[in-house]
Amino acid sequence: MIGQILYALPFLWHGFLITLAVSGLVVVISLVVGVALGVGLVYGPLPLRLAVRIFSDTIRGIPILVLIFFVYYGLPAIGLQLDAFAAAVLALTLFKVAQVVEYVRGAIASIPAGQAEAAKAIGLTFAARLRYVIFPQATRRFLPPFVNGVTDAVKGSALVSLLGVTDLMHAINQVIGRTYDALPLYLLGAVIYFLVNYALSSLSRRLERRYAFIRE
Amino acid sequence: MGYHLNFNLIWRHFDKLWGGLILSLELAVLSIAIGIVIGLVLATWYVSAGRVARAVIGAYVEFIRNVPLILLVYLVFYGLPKALNLAYDAPTSFVATLSIYSGAYLVEVFRSGLEAVPRGQLDAGKAIGLTPWQRFFHVRLPTMIRITLPALSNTFISLFKDTSVASVIAVPELTYGAQWINFNTFRIVEVYLVVTAMYLVTGYGLLFALRLVERRFRVR
Amino acid sequence: MIQSTQGGAATHAPLLAIEGLTKSFGKVEVLRSVDLGVAKGEVVTVIGPSGSGKTTLLRCVNFLETYDSGSIRIDGREVGYKDAGGRVRRGERELAGIRADTGMVFQSFNLFPHLTAAENVMLGLRKVRGKSKAEARAAAEHWLSRVGLGHKADSLPGELSGGQQQRVGIARAVAMEPKILLLDEITSALDPELVGEVLEVVRSLAAEGMTMLMVTHEIAFARDASHRIVFMADGKVAAAGPPSEVLAAASHNQRLGAFLARFRASHF
Repeated sequence: MIGQILYALPFLWHGFLITLAVSGLVVVISLVVGVALGVGLVYGPLPLRLAVRIFSDTIRGIPILVLIFFVYYGLPAIGLQLDAFAAAVLALTLFKVAQVVEYVRGAIASIPAGQAEAAKAIGLTFAARLRYVIFPQATRRFLPPFVNGVTDAVKGSALVSLLGVTDLMHAINQVIGRTYDALPLYLLGAVIYFLVNYALSSLSRRLERRYAFIRE
Repeated sequence: MGYHLNFNLIWRHFDKLWGGLILSLELAVLSIAIGIVIGLVLATWYVSAGRVARAVIGAYVEFIRNVPLILLVYLVFYGLPKALNLAYDAPTSFVATLSIYSGAYLVEVFRSGLEAVPRGQLDAGKAIGLTPWQRFFHVRLPTMIRITLPALSNTFISLFKDTSVASVIAVPELTYGAQWINFNTFRIVEVYLVVTAMYLVTGYGLLFALRLVERRFRVR
Repeated sequence: MIQSTQGGAATHAPLLAIEGLTKSFGKVEVLRSVDLGVAKGEVVTVIGPSGSGKTTLLRCVNFLETYDSGSIRIDGREVGYKDAGGRVRRGERELAGIRADTGMVFQSFNLFPHLTAAENVMLGLRKVRGKSKAEARAAAEHWLSRVGLGHKADSLPGELSGGQQQRVGIARAVAMEPKILLLDEITSALDPELVGEVLEVVRSLAAEGMTMLMVTHEIAFARDASHRIVFMADGKVAAAGPPSEVLAAASHNQRLGAFLARFRASHF
């Protein structure tokens, strides 16, 4: 059994790197897009707010797997060819964006109205209020759930194996296909996922404690 | 975009989707029912347990929460039967997996719910002479259930969506039905539009209904 | 009724002139044609039962609330609106400029919790007044010392007591060198033993000639520290004048009498 695992390690390592690449891309892109849309949802004009609300509620209302299949199989039908990796990243990103939008909305909404009023009272313009008063506080409230949500991206990335992307999940299945010994490899895979995600959720808890002073 | 939507083939095979939706709901209901039992037992144990038991329960919760569901599904369906010399079909295997999975989330829900029951209520229970078990069943548990209802609703809706993962071990639920139609008719966009609508209507319909139930039981 | 009792100031146009101010929240009329003037250097206190519109009145002065009709002028300049072929809401920059000249201290302090006491004071000086960091820091230290908190300049609000937080709030407002200072029930959220230190700061600002419009439930303080008391009820000014007159008028003004009786019971 040890021999099998040693034999499998290079495959798994490569798969692990793909898992990190997928998760990393998803997290970075969705952070940028999600924050922009989240701010739009709170402060934007009504049509934008409505559009973001519908987008977020729709995406969050369907299984990620359906979203992945829809993007991978559906987009070529309307003339947009994406390889499996790109389709997987796009689908997971759409999902993550919807999540980030909600974190941003929640973070901004949690700041008492008095903060904006006090900022107005000393003569700060809208842009300055956001930059110096609202965003610094919102960031501290946004970070813990966001970092914790990165674990969702890592876990969700395992679904891309279904499109044939050779991530950690797929690599494990390939090795099992050759060795016919499933349990040890699934357990090993579980431990790897666990270690990555446990580190992330611990970081999230630490951030939360560190920013606790801000919560009154 | 020269694509013309044509739903005829979808309607011809709609029984696959409808049957799939029903099965998805059954999987979700069974799993949350078992998950609630796991969660209640472990949470109750946790709040009165010693350090070792707490560590064990904590390890279960942390492990499940940090591993992808799809891996757990594979592990239980492909890994365990051979190792433990067991035999079970895919739906059973999936329900077992999703129960263990939801149990881990529900332990946390119930644990914080139990801790949120005001001390004064328990003291009041003591004051009228209830035994510890009576206090638990008649005071702490009912209040805790009411406190945790919204979280239970959310967990149920997210389990309903998670049932789509059962398609990877060929359980013929809604996502599996969608894939079947996808590969057999190639009306890809149509089938996913319909399935998306089915998930949305069912999910938000359930959420709406559950919120009504919550309102009836809200703690004042 | 709106004339100032201060001999010198009364001959000029008041610094703050509120005329015919009306404001509704939905169907509820909170302000019904309020007239009120505050002369330069004058301290005016608005008292009245809750729901009488006094806090709303104060919040209209720096346009934290919009108003439906009537006018509010500071130094002759309309606060929230301009006349551009009709009543037009001022733009963001203009409003910010007007608010910078109108200091406000809040009931709930509203300090920025992510900034130290000094940074709270410096923010407006730097981003609105355009002062350098060193200038802003010097001004912040000066004002924090003035409110007795020079040694707390680098503390976060969360590390300060309520009374200390409110004094930082005052320093933040006055450091902008506003034309008028608005104080909105600034001691209501404080424990009783912390009220005194905050009122002491207000008293010393008044002594230096700071123009102030305040809402308070501290009747004794209002009597001692203000030039004029305005009693509001049902969104209108029901009585106004020097403290001694207004408080004495309680004998023939039923509502005022009832209002003050509640305070006498607890505060006198």
